[in-house]
Amino acid sequence: MKIAVLVKQVPSSEAKIRIGADGKSIDTAEVEWVVNPYDEFAMEAALQAKEKFSGEVTVIGLGGDKVEEALRQCLALGADKAMVLRDAAFEGSDSLGVARALTAAVKEVGPDVVFCGKLGIDHDNSAVGVMVAELMGWPHASVVSSLEFNDESSATVVREIEGGSETLSVKLPAVLAANKGLNEPRYANLKGIMMAKKKPMDVKDAAALGIDAGTVGAAGAMTTTESMQPPAERSAGRLIDGDPQQQVTELVRLLKDEAKVL
Amino acid sequence: MSNPTPYDFFDMKSLLSEEERQVQQLVRRWVDEKVQPVIADAFDEHRFPSEMIPEMAEMGLLGCNLEGYGCAGLNNVTYGLICQELERGDSGLRSFVSVQGSLCMFPIHTWGSEEQKQKYLPGMADGSIIGCFGLTEPDGGSDPGTMKTHAKRDGDDWILNGAKMWITNGGIADVAIVWAQTEDGVRGFLVDKGMEGFTTRDTLKKYSLRASITSELFFDHVRVPESNRLPEANGLKSPLTCLTQARFGITWGAIGAAIGSMEEALGFAKERILFGRPLTHTQTIQRRFADMTRRITTAQLLSLQLGRLKDKGEMHPTQVSLAKWNNVRMGLDIARDARDILGAGGISVEYSPIRHMLNLESVITYEGTETIHELSVGRQICDGVNAF
Repeated sequence: MKIAVLVKQVPSSEAKIRIGADGKSIDTAEVEWVVNPYDEFAMEAALQAKEKFSGEVTVIGLGGDKVEEALRQCLALGADKAMVLRDAAFEGSDSLGVARALTAAVKEVGPDVVFCGKLGIDHDNSAVGVMVAELMGWPHASVVSSLEFNDESSATVVREIEGGSETLSVKLPAVLAANKGLNEPRYANLKGIMMAKKKPMDVKDAAALGIDAGTVGAAGAMTTTESMQPPAERSAGRLIDGDPQQQVTELVRLLKDEAKVL
Repeated sequence: MSNPTPYDFFDMKSLLSEEERQVQQLVRRWVDEKVQPVIADAFDEHRFPSEMIPEMAEMGLLGCNLEGYGCAGLNNVTYGLICQELERGDSGLRSFVSVQGSLCMFPIHTWGSEEQKQKYLPGMADGSIIGCFGLTEPDGGSDPGTMKTHAKRDGDDWILNGAKMWITNGGIADVAIVWAQTEDGVRGFLVDKGMEGFTTRDTLKKYSLRASITSELFFDHVRVPESNRLPEANGLKSPLTCLTQARFGITWGAIGAAIGSMEEALGFAKERILFGRPLTHTQTIQRRFADMTRRITTAQLLSLQLGRLKDKGEMHPTQVSLAKWNNVRMGLDIARDARDILGAGGISVEYSPIRHMLNLESVITYEGTETIHELSVGRQICDGVNAF
């Protein structure tokens, strides 16, 4: 089975996010980068599929030099190959531009199944995986919390939906976007980390992928970021005085009359 | 140029290879996810979390700086970083890895017969065989040359008599590396669990390394075959060489305990409002944290250079002495100060500093006390005169 995993590198959830000087991007100077946590579930699903059917796992990421660290981590976990999409033409891409670039890479790999995370924890768009499926003309299932391959041509997945879950049968090839809880991602081991250095990491530009530069990056973007704002500062809390009985009475009154949550 | 951060003030990260950084991140994450949530309870319950052994083995942490026999074959800086991250969790875990790798696998790898290497090392790397290291005796650990444990030749076997004390992993060990006097000087023996006359007793009522097993070993006419003697180990120098290996890792581990303590105290001090302002906005507290960062940074650079020297085969044991002395003292002082900054809450094991502080009381004593290391450095400087 040929398996592809789309991997995004995102700021660590513990990173302190500052808005850049232009007011519409993130200042990445002191950010610690990690593999998008949802992509870790995708990666684990890929490794389990490889263990079940044998085959090859290719991880694909778009970005500068740094993204290679994320891909190297996936190679350490057991992916066989990595593909880096890097071109000045990709800069300023919106979700669709990224999806177009990734789609070209997916075509090059020719997988039986593509795994990705349900969203990147930085921009929360939940768009790219679904767009890749659309551009490939493939089915997709997103927010996948359980997965069973029936054979190498179809899978049964459970998706989280509002108030419950639904079970889908999906024909392969397809794009499956992982939710938290799909599996328990494994830890790398030291031998894997050492072997990762020797595994192929192909860097491809737009021309190599046959991408028209006008369809990606700022040139191909259909949405543009106007501005970014940090969340509003939380105002200080209020202390309620009095004995416990008075405090409870006052708290209930505030929750009813002011917060209007009761 | 990026702003200096509290725990990497001199951008040590940039001096590490990508592989070294990846291993550090791996172990750090494992400690955060698997160790931190349970370690305070384990310490409180005086329980070694042995369920973590298979996970550490699976990652390849046991004997990771040895070549072949199922070991990862990493450099010493990476081994040091692993020790640092484990001890950020707890000294007990780092002690386990030090003993298994540096004190048990290392001597078998260095002085063992091919048969012994095949028999023990792959199992020790995968965690199915646990080792312990018996050098220290009840009467004065700093002077191991006067050891009373002895082995006497009897045909093809040796008859081993004596006792060892303060032995990490003793009670759970499948094999003990035991150092004993013979007519030809000190020799090393592989004493398997279950050999007749070999018993252990765990040391209870410890107030330090409570998430680790410490034991006494007793040898009452234990018949050990010659094939269980380390053929190439010769004299007291052999066990002391093992200790140099383990101490190297301890210099890194102490940094982890210091970082773990400071993280806890700094997080608290930023939130704690006293006299209308956070603790961190006061001079005294800023100076104390500044001092912690100064000492952590110094220790990091010391250990990194020590590791680079070790990887070149140029590390001198006295340099390890200086680093162990400096770094463990640094870790202990920082843990105590972090405990103090936490106020009353600091006496609870809910916060890590008191645990690190109590653990480091062992660490500053074992593998050469602080005084012994001072005297080793002193000897090096003062005409090689032994003042022990």
